[in-house]
Amino acid sequence: MRNNIFIIILLIFSFNLNAKENSGLDIKIFKNLRCIVCQGQSIAESNSDFAQTIKIVVRDKIKQGNNEQEIYNFLAEKYGEWIVYKPKFSYLNSILWIFPYFILIFGGTLVYKYFKKKNY
Amino acid sequence: MVRCFFNSKWWLAKVIFEKMKISLSKIILLTSIIFIVVTFFLALNKDTKYNTKDLVGKEIGEFEIKFLLKDEIFTKNNLIGNEYYLINIWASWCFPCKIEHPLLMRLSNLNNIKLIGINYKDKKLNANNFLKKLGNPYDILLEDKSGTNSVIFSVFGVPESILINDKKMIIKKFIGPINEADYQFIKGKINEK
Repeated sequence: MRNNIFIIILLIFSFNLNAKENSGLDIKIFKNLRCIVCQGQSIAESNSDFAQTIKIVVRDKIKQGNNEQEIYNFLAEKYGEWIVYKPKFSYLNSILWIFPYFILIFGGTLVYKYFKKKNY
Repeated sequence: MVRCFFNSKWWLAKVIFEKMKISLSKIILLTSIIFIVVTFFLALNKDTKYNTKDLVGKEIGEFEIKFLLKDEIFTKNNLIGNEYYLINIWASWCFPCKIEHPLLMRLSNLNNIKLIGINYKDKKLNANNFLKKLGNPYDILLEDKSGTNSVIFSVFGVPESILINDKKMIIKKFIGPINEADYQFIKGKINEK
């Protein structure tokens, strides 16, 4: 009897856990969306009218079974690529993505050469 | 020959640098500083405000919106017949909507255009009073209580107006209240045909 109650309580809490897992994706998406009427903030942080609307739209889209990328594409089509914080990998943006790795390799080589010269 | 040319040039540069006592690290430092300054200069001067340039020429998305006064649904497929449509997003609580209202009334008197009004995040009673007081310019009056349907039209505030042609393509999007110049623009467009 005691065990049964224990299991029931566990089940109830596991339902909550399930709900929490679902809400993870929308918050992740909100954080990656720029509020275009209040540019310093993300949709997740903002309470503006626009942000509220976008939150509802994103949740609806998740319910309809759209994945993260589809939602970004939809909003980028409507409001421009600017609305998504993380830039897309494209011809124009390629330098932005590749440059840090380039610097890393370049700097690494410099440091390596420097230490080799000094014979540490 | 080509190789020789490059070699000689490289050699010349080396000599110049050695004579001027410029080391390679200084050049790299200077180049990176210039790079950073130029990047910041360009990036910070870039206009990042939302603009509607990308929307022009695109077809409007699929939508299903409820009528304000009856329990029927208006969809994209219902957009047939007339040459041009002006989708106007408005609300009774929005002051600039009152400013543009006389121009909408004048537009509703023109022949080749139909006005679609989308009532945005509003109460039905207030919306009705607004139209009773100032007149109803809309041929089709729709309701968007949550504001989610307006996202299909890239709306981020009221008032906004979108001019579309018979192929359901966006000709122009007006952010904020339409003015006399916008009125003349719309009039010119619909009289082109």
